Amino acid sequence: MSAVLPDRHFLYVLRLADSNLVLAQRLGELIGHAPALEEDLGIANVALDLLGQARLLLAHAGVLEGRGRDEDMLAFLRAEHEFLNATLTEQPNGDFGDTIARQFLYDSWQIELYGQLAQSADPTLAAIAAKALKETRYHLRYSAGWLVRLGDGTGESHARAHAALERLWPHTVELCDPDDIDAAMFAAGIGADLATVRRGWDRRIDETLAEATLERPATPPWRWYGKRGEHGEYLGRLLAEMQVLQRSHPGASW
Amino acid sequence: MSAALRVPVDRDAIERDVWRCLAAVADPEIPVVSIVDLGIVRHVRVGERGDVEVGLTPTYSGCPATSVIRADVERALHGGGHRALRLVDVLAPPWTTDWISAEGRRKLAACGIAPPSPGPVVCPHCGSSATVLLSEFGSTPCKALHRCESCREPFDHFKCL
Repeated sequence: MSAVLPDRHFLYVLRLADSNLVLAQRLGELIGHAPALEEDLGIANVALDLLGQARLLLAHAGVLEGRGRDEDMLAFLRAEHEFLNATLTEQPNGDFGDTIARQFLYDSWQIELYGQLAQSADPTLAAIAAKALKETRYHLRYSAGWLVRLGDGTGESHARAHAALERLWPHTVELCDPDDIDAAMFAAGIGADLATVRRGWDRRIDETLAEATLERPATPPWRWYGKRGEHGEYLGRLLAEMQVLQRSHPGASW
Repeated sequence: MSAALRVPVDRDAIERDVWRCLAAVADPEIPVVSIVDLGIVRHVRVGERGDVEVGLTPTYSGCPATSVIRADVERALHGGGHRALRLVDVLAPPWTTDWISAEGRRKLAACGIAPPSPGPVVCPHCGSSATVLLSEFGSTPCKALHRCESCREPFDHFKCL
């Protein structure tokens, strides 16, 4: 199975892990700061699931790499350009509309992607995806439900949700745009077919946006590729905060 | 001492005792139910020398109780005299609330948590099914917050997974 291209296999799993890890860290910033107690709990619980999934994926990536790096070394001791998360996940929390729009776009992608990965020829990846998929259904119910309430709410909430989608849209292109790693992993039966993921993602986006009375933004001429290690200005500061303890006190634990 | 001189171990008796010890391990977040009630213990295997392997599965990927449960299981089994112990993580098939035992469901309801049900959520206080969802996510990842329209009391519902 992974006799071919072990390095690509490692990078493929690392990308999945990094997107979850970075989004979990972002959501974690809102704990104690969400607009209401219920949303504080909701966001914290989504973050916790994503972090748990990221830990399983990072541990698996470390095994695939075969250089003795564990989940903590991969999370805390890599530099910004070595992180392969989609840039969508590193975008700042902004207002509640930004947070919800980002979560909805990500959940809609994750549910389609992991639905396929649950059938992966890599049994560990398949097990992680099958477990994560059940959790993602709740995340999507939460984020889609809120996007509908914001979009179909007041003039103010509609305008903010619309602006959030416009801002985030350029960061969604890479999610379903296969590169050589995606293609090789799909061919090996390990990765997902991103063309199928895109069809499912499109359908989910269009259905919910229609219900939310929101328009789908036009595909922009520019795009981001965090999965190649190309990031914007936000990731560095997020990592600085996430990694400071292990950087300052290597090996610290409690 | 050669293996032939060992006192043969009664593997069935050991397995029964391991399950008995595990049934006394409470879930750290919902202590009224045991980890056996919740279906977290996936298997118990006893080797020829009486060594014990216990398979545990997490409820949610990020469940913070997972490491506490491992430590509690070790303590309970060491206390029960099972020293040669190996704990393994079982990820597939993924945990489902269908694995919560009938006894576990009864205990959940008795402590005010509506057990997982795909149909209408029934109030654990008064039995009414006129209930509304207040929040998709409750005090732990596995619960959602509801309110009963009949007795007006809020309560947790153990979500179906």
